[in-house]
Amino acid sequence: MGKIWKISGPVVIAEDMRGSQVYEVVDVGDERLSGEIIGLERDKAVIQVYEDTVGLRVGEPVTGTGEILMVELGPGLVGNIYDGVQRSLVTMMDDIGDFLVRGVRTDALDRKKKWHFTPSVKTGDMVQEGDIIGNVPETGLIEHRIMVPIGTQGTILEISEGEFTIEETVALLEHEGAKKPLTLMQKWPARKPRLYKQRFVPEDLLVTGTRIIDYLFPLALGGKAAIPGGFGTGKTVCLQQMARWSQTQLNIYVGCGERGNEMADVLHSFKKLKDPATGRLLQEKEIFIANTSNMPVVAREISIFIGITMAEYFRDMGYDVLLVADSTSRWAEAMREIGARLEETPGEEGFPTYLGSRLSAFYERSGRVTCIGKPERMGSATVIGSVSPPGADFSEPVTQATLRIVDVLYSLDVALANKRHFPTINWLQSYSLYADSVDKWWNRISPDYNEIRDKALITLQHEAELEEIVRLVGPEALPEDDKLVLLAARMIREDFLMQSAYHPVDTYTEPKRTHLMLSTIMKLYGLAKEATESGMLVNEISSSKILPRISRMKDIPNEEFDDYMKQLWSDMDKNPFV
Amino acid sequence: MDSLQLFTRQTKAISTARRSLLVIESIPGIRYNEIVDVQLGTGETRIGQVIEVGKETTVVQVFGGVSEVDLLNSRVRYKGETLKLPVSGDIMGRLFDGSGNPIDGGPPIVADTYLDINGVPANPASRMPPAEFIETGISAIDGLNVLVRGQKLPIFSGSGLPHNKIAAQILRQASLKGKSEEFAIVFGAIGVSYDDAGYCISNLEETGALSRTVAFINTASSPVIERLSTPRLALTAAEYLAWEHDMHVLVILTDITNYCDALRELAAMRGEIPSRRGYPGYMYTDLASLYERAGRISGKEGSVTIIPILTMPDDDITHPIADLTGYITEGQIVLSRALERKRIYPPIDVFLSLSRMMKEGIGEGNTREDHNNVFMQSYAVYAEGNYLREISTVIGSEALSDRDRVYLSASDRFEEEFISQAENNRRTVEETLELAWNIFSMLPREDLKLIQEEYIKKYLPEAPENRVTTETG
Repeated sequence: MGKIWKISGPVVIAEDMRGSQVYEVVDVGDERLSGEIIGLERDKAVIQVYEDTVGLRVGEPVTGTGEILMVELGPGLVGNIYDGVQRSLVTMMDDIGDFLVRGVRTDALDRKKKWHFTPSVKTGDMVQEGDIIGNVPETGLIEHRIMVPIGTQGTILEISEGEFTIEETVALLEHEGAKKPLTLMQKWPARKPRLYKQRFVPEDLLVTGTRIIDYLFPLALGGKAAIPGGFGTGKTVCLQQMARWSQTQLNIYVGCGERGNEMADVLHSFKKLKDPATGRLLQEKEIFIANTSNMPVVAREISIFIGITMAEYFRDMGYDVLLVADSTSRWAEAMREIGARLEETPGEEGFPTYLGSRLSAFYERSGRVTCIGKPERMGSATVIGSVSPPGADFSEPVTQATLRIVDVLYSLDVALANKRHFPTINWLQSYSLYADSVDKWWNRISPDYNEIRDKALITLQHEAELEEIVRLVGPEALPEDDKLVLLAARMIREDFLMQSAYHPVDTYTEPKRTHLMLSTIMKLYGLAKEATESGMLVNEISSSKILPRISRMKDIPNEEFDDYMKQLWSDMDKNPFV
Repeated sequence: MDSLQLFTRQTKAISTARRSLLVIESIPGIRYNEIVDVQLGTGETRIGQVIEVGKETTVVQVFGGVSEVDLLNSRVRYKGETLKLPVSGDIMGRLFDGSGNPIDGGPPIVADTYLDINGVPANPASRMPPAEFIETGISAIDGLNVLVRGQKLPIFSGSGLPHNKIAAQILRQASLKGKSEEFAIVFGAIGVSYDDAGYCISNLEETGALSRTVAFINTASSPVIERLSTPRLALTAAEYLAWEHDMHVLVILTDITNYCDALRELAAMRGEIPSRRGYPGYMYTDLASLYERAGRISGKEGSVTIIPILTMPDDDITHPIADLTGYITEGQIVLSRALERKRIYPPIDVFLSLSRMMKEGIGEGNTREDHNNVFMQSYAVYAEGNYLREISTVIGSEALSDRDRVYLSASDRFEEEFISQAENNRRTVEETLELAWNIFSMLPREDLKLIQEEYIKKYLPEAPENRVTTETG
């Protein structure tokens, strides 16, 4: 046992710490604050403390736990709410009340709850690391597959169906004469990526239900994306929408240094909203990590790694998992603060020089893989991180370091937010490197996906060029075909790209419908072109009765949509501009 | 002399005095971040804070600087605790300074309990999403940037803009819709001029609101360190009233810019590595430790709503103070110098302003069923008008169509009739919505695309003489 030697903010140095290891978890002070050793020098240990250090005194005890920071993995994760060091906030609320006092320990997973385990292997079977030995129905949406921990193998001596807590033995293995019990829970060090067999290029669309994302800048299962944006551009709403509607089997929402009220909103809304595919509560496929901006800074650094470890664990079961992290800037700032306390040489804007490599260490844990173990299965972990650039200036270090790693950029635009165009994803600045690999997926929905997408993007680009002229000469001075480009671009923007997160229908659009909506607008554009060539004025087109009907497309309920569109297309084919 | 206990709690072994820092020999038991007294040879006492404790040496930051500190006769004495505020129900109607001492001539507070001014973070799982509409009586807020209980909604102002008037108007008028219940008011004045503080207090006094107010006042001439403690004292009082006395509390903090400058000043003296514009890298976290104390807790009656006011240096919304605040708060009310020059009060810039909690607080049961539609349509009309105004300055208004001119005049009316209102005029939310409908009645009916048909039938005023249709345009 050691003693506190020096205290400086969240960094504590303890003496008499011989025998400790780097990244070992320690209890600091009389209040037993939770901390982690980040460096050793002779008998002294440098510790970052995950809780507020106000009031600590020199000489208070520091005790090592002998373990490095491990994530508890097992039934009970889904639907739970954790703080940055995987303490269950739900348990803490029940045990200590509404405010977070220091030095409280809670288990991440409930030790008493019994789960029903059904084996999928039998006595006498040989099992290897990663093999699935049985299932636990964790929620109505997630079947928790129990895997042989990495580094373990053997012949099954005993295994049986029944009710078990996460610590009770569900199976007994024998390997070279040694017996090893298996439980429903296993642990994994947060900072270490979990293993897989092989990694593949992401090529299946991650359906998010947000039209501009799915159609123009698609994200693939196992991909990595960044959403930078100034304040008020709707980063959080964007991420919440993805965590709500994405067609992944499990979502992990890491609220890192963000607002408490917003976190409360997320938590409450997921108790009410239903998964579009199954109709069950979204909470049944969600894990929350809530480290709000007024909670201890140091815990922000580790919270992201705890989240990604959970994502990999469910990936290894063969699921498609989505992790959203809001916001990686607060995460980077936490690193900056620790770095400054350790008197490290700072890099750009005071951020540590390892900012880039730490960001890579996080984003690179995404991916689409074949998992270790039997049966053969594929899983994916998709990662989306928001970035909060100061003054909405994307040239700052966190945004720039992130852009070097990710394959998709959703650039949120303050000007669009001021125009109340939501989502504020700027179509001229955003990009997706997956567009070429997921077009196979889209072509199964419609073979003309590439053509329509390209046309729409070109029209929007053309509009941006014309806008500059309009500002000088006014819209009336443009030739008719340019006026038509402006009209078409306006329809793409207002009737397709704009999407309300709060409208019950508009909040989620399935891919077929997304395609049909944009195809309709592009078809009308084609017809209008023909009409103007034969002498019709764009003003006449823009006041025709068909336009409001196209605007209303997005609000038509799914069950009426097909009929509505059939009627619309047949009217367009007859005589559109009357 | 003093007792033995006091003797063990002080030291004269000061080895260094530089900038605002003292390095002293460690006293056993001294706590990280605690407040100490620094007694000078001259007899003067200054406050200091422990910013680093080691086995041999302790670093103390002296507020007010180390001038006149001598290494022989000065001594450091500590009390063994961090800054606490004595509270009881009797704090209502009282005025305190930035250290929590009464300055209204009244007796000291007989404390029910002492609270750590840094507060304790609420468990995110215990929080309730804010949703109850607060009627401020100001159209630009109630109609377009709704404030709800438990929200933190700052006013981004500039020097010379009437933010104090607006704050005073909100304090006078704010109430929960349909309830006579009044807010308890906590007022934290941070480094403001004596006149500004006086204006706010006398305003509260005149309207009789002073009896339900607790005020903490740090004027520009008071110690800089108290700029950091003033908002924390105010929020501690607010939390006490909300969570222990079930009150709905409205907290006004003015001026956050002074707070941040104090933070920068003290950080620079510690020799910390500065971040943008010299402000410390942890300013986001520090501001969050203030703003995040707003909210609602499930199962508790009360609420804490915070309206911080800040003056953006050079009206720059990307300045770190405004920028970091905007990243933490749930929206912002931005004041516009252009509107102020047009003599429009309150000069609220509708495009830059935003309330993130709005959708929760409006609609049937909260305000009125058509509120969201009216909000979106007003926005679109005003935006269109502004765009046309911008274009017409380049190409001349003759080049505009009749329809465009209608939008121009609608947007003028929007500023003059909807945004603009008298300082003592309290509009109900229904009156605010009616004003918007009156302006909509100028427009072609089919242009009201963002409003559901049934609301148009129900609320659009009949046959106004000045309505145009698309046929004429």
